[in-house]
Amino acid sequence: MKLEVRDLGVWFADRRVVEVDSLELDRGETLGLVGETGSGKSMTAYAIAGLAPGMGARVEGSVQLDGRELTTLSQGAWRDIRGRRIAMIFQAPISSLNPVFRTGDVFTRALQLHGASKAEARTRAAEAMRSVSLSPDLLRRYPHQLSGGQAQRIAIAQAIALRAEVLIADEPTSALDVTVQAEILEQLQKLRTEEGIATLFISHDLAVVSGLCDRVAIMRDGRIVERGPVRETLTSPQHAYTRELLAAVPRLGEAGSAHA
Amino acid sequence: MIRFTAHRLALGVLVVVGVVVLTFLIARVIPGDPAVTYAGPRASKAQLERTRRQLGLEKPVVVQLGDYLQGIGRGEWGTSYRTKRPVLSDLRRALPASIELVTAGLILALMIGLPLGLVSARYHGQAPDVLVRFISVIGVSLPVFWLALILQLVFAQRLGWLPSAGEYDPNLYYTSPLTSYVQMPLVDALLTGNIPVLESAFSHLILPALVVAVYPAGLLARMVRASVLDTLGESHIRMVRSLGFGDRAILGRWALRPAMNPVVQVTALVFAYSLANTFLVEAVFDWPGLGSYAANSLQALDTPAVVGVTLIVAIVYVVLNLIVDIAQAFIDPRVRLR
Amino acid sequence: MTAVAAPAPGRAGALTFVRRNPTLTAGVVLLVLIGLVAVLAPWLAPHPEDAGTATHPFQVLRPPSHSHPFGTDLVGRDLLTRVMYGARLSLRIVIEVLLLAGLIGIPLGLVAAYAGGAVDQVIMRITDVFLAFPALLLSLAISFVLTPSVGNMTIAIAVTWWPWYTRLVRGEAASVITRPYVESAQTLGVSHTRVLFRHVLPNSMTPVIVQMSLDAGGILLTAASISFLGLGAQDPTPEWGLMVSQGAQYFSTQWWFVTFAGLAILLTAIAFNLIGDGVRELLDPRRVITR
Repeated sequence: MKLEVRDLGVWFADRRVVEVDSLELDRGETLGLVGETGSGKSMTAYAIAGLAPGMGARVEGSVQLDGRELTTLSQGAWRDIRGRRIAMIFQAPISSLNPVFRTGDVFTRALQLHGASKAEARTRAAEAMRSVSLSPDLLRRYPHQLSGGQAQRIAIAQAIALRAEVLIADEPTSALDVTVQAEILEQLQKLRTEEGIATLFISHDLAVVSGLCDRVAIMRDGRIVERGPVRETLTSPQHAYTRELLAAVPRLGEAGSAHA
Repeated sequence: MIRFTAHRLALGVLVVVGVVVLTFLIARVIPGDPAVTYAGPRASKAQLERTRRQLGLEKPVVVQLGDYLQGIGRGEWGTSYRTKRPVLSDLRRALPASIELVTAGLILALMIGLPLGLVSARYHGQAPDVLVRFISVIGVSLPVFWLALILQLVFAQRLGWLPSAGEYDPNLYYTSPLTSYVQMPLVDALLTGNIPVLESAFSHLILPALVVAVYPAGLLARMVRASVLDTLGESHIRMVRSLGFGDRAILGRWALRPAMNPVVQVTALVFAYSLANTFLVEAVFDWPGLGSYAANSLQALDTPAVVGVTLIVAIVYVVLNLIVDIAQAFIDPRVRLR
Repeated sequence: MTAVAAPAPGRAGALTFVRRNPTLTAGVVLLVLIGLVAVLAPWLAPHPEDAGTATHPFQVLRPPSHSHPFGTDLVGRDLLTRVMYGARLSLRIVIEVLLLAGLIGIPLGLVAAYAGGAVDQVIMRITDVFLAFPALLLSLAISFVLTPSVGNMTIAIAVTWWPWYTRLVRGEAASVITRPYVESAQTLGVSHTRVLFRHVLPNSMTPVIVQMSLDAGGILLTAASISFLGLGAQDPTPEWGLMVSQGAQYFSTQWWFVTFAGLAILLTAIAFNLIGDGVRELLDPRRVITR
């Protein structure tokens, strides 16, 4: 499994919001995409998942999944990729769930969409729920009856049940309490170790990224200004901006230690 | 759910009582002597005196109001000065006709407005959207009575495709008499298998129902469009898209249900609105419904009848709002917790 | 998003407005045209006296011609003139109804929100009762009771329309009142009336303005409907709805009588509705999202 991005450009009318020269994601690795608000990191993710045109943006460049070009895919072709091979989780977990349906409804229908029978879908969903340490009974609830942590774990369970190869996580913990954050991060770690899912982890939080990711790419004004293995990049940053970001992270203990 | 319903019901009753009081007071202000209307312009003084006592016009207003309210509760809605029949039985004949008309109109409106709104949302910003919006602006700007006249002229008089007035062909009273259960010719004909009346009633219903449907259709198209667009911008749609669902599934299921909330509200309100506005359509097409009854009663200074009509429409309005609230709570579970 | 933006075209401020708000612009243009006709009617109309009590027995029910582009009515009056004067009348009615309904409804809503408690409940129940009334029926009844005329019709419609504004204002004011700057004004000892009028009122007005612009079309149609039923404007007043009802019985043979008056109502209602839509799009905060 290999995801390759080359010369990706995203425009809103005349404004260019993303200018990524290259980005790569291999099987099983977690890549952190870090930047401040407005750096274009989320739009990069949406562009990869093909959701950018639906938001009114124009996309240019190349995104290839195992050699298959995604930017030119038709609506119908995307059905095979989204969910099945690329899954996403979002920032505000409860708002990401359809408020008028029970969580299980969307879940099982998604599985059915990708070929499972109704019974199969239900079993797989239940299994996936258990692997994120949630009771399958929660699937009978409506989103507003869940906590943020639960909702986000259901979203992760969806990705597991669908057997996606790539998970794009757009600031999945930013809207959650710190304790709940830790739980979610743990789940994401499990994804890597137990399921072998590659993750594109988008965040503004360097501390979180340093704990979770193998590699990191720092974004600013739509461009990647520095990239590399997480340990190296964060202990000896080359770019001035990276240094600025690091300096802004509040820490307890010695300066220079980037692991939270 | 039960507490919710009970609360809404109580509020509704309160409102209806308020309406009755208000109507009664207004009716009292109507100039002219009801006794004269009832007894006729050639009644002698003595007869007028007797009529006045009969109608209870000598008691103080408050007492009259009290009597009336009690009567309402018992099902005695007074006697129409004009038709000399109990108001309730007059209404029993007029109300179903209006309901038949408005229901037919609303069904048409939903059949036209919902798909138009969905198309408009789907092709947001492109040609179909502009076209639908153009049509719906015209729909809500058309003077109903003008449209009725034009349709009547074109389809009934010039082209002769459809009949121009009435509920169904009066000749059928003799050749194929209709037994009435619900006072709605179309439904009754269906129930009794009376084909000639069924056909006639259907063809008589088309034009007036179409006129009634125009405004709600325009309104619904706009509402559906706005609501669906709103919903499409929400995060859960992004999630569903990321799961692999395409436009058809999104428009048909995932965006549709959350978007229906305001649409249900509007439909019920529009039903009540149309019911009250059938005046104009009934006037042009000679439809024997509430509108015609109210217009005649107003002209004849027929207080009990006017109060009766207002009461009935207010009750319908309150009931409809109640149904809407319950339906909303059903569709959108978030509402139940309020 | 703080990516580098291309410089905005400087001079085309007005053009950008038109492009961004096509509905509003179209509506305003149409309304301005109608407004011009209304204001200039006495000078533009070919036979101004026909808007009044003049009758021409020898020109009864003439089809559209050079001297009478819209034809003549049942007493020989020029219909083009009457339609033009009808514009004056209709615009006047709409403005008057909105003013009157606003004058009643807005203060009531403010008081309800500010006083809260029992006062609020009472005002809201009264509003509910009025809203439960079928508006057309109530307007008809009031108009009838007051003796049908344009003035009384205006009052009647205003009386049915004010409850909406009370509801809206109350809703908006209720949230404005909880805002910090109102609290600080109150702690500073500012009198209640001042707080109401200088702080709460201006900030509660947005939904009302939007609603009013949306209502204008409805008011016009209501007035025309009431006149059509004979309970509004009376002859010889050149009201469009009245003209349609006068022409109804002649419709199959003299089509012009009904058509032009009806078209006038349609066009004016479209103008109002376009403006209403445009205003709502404009004042809608969600517009900020790039779409």
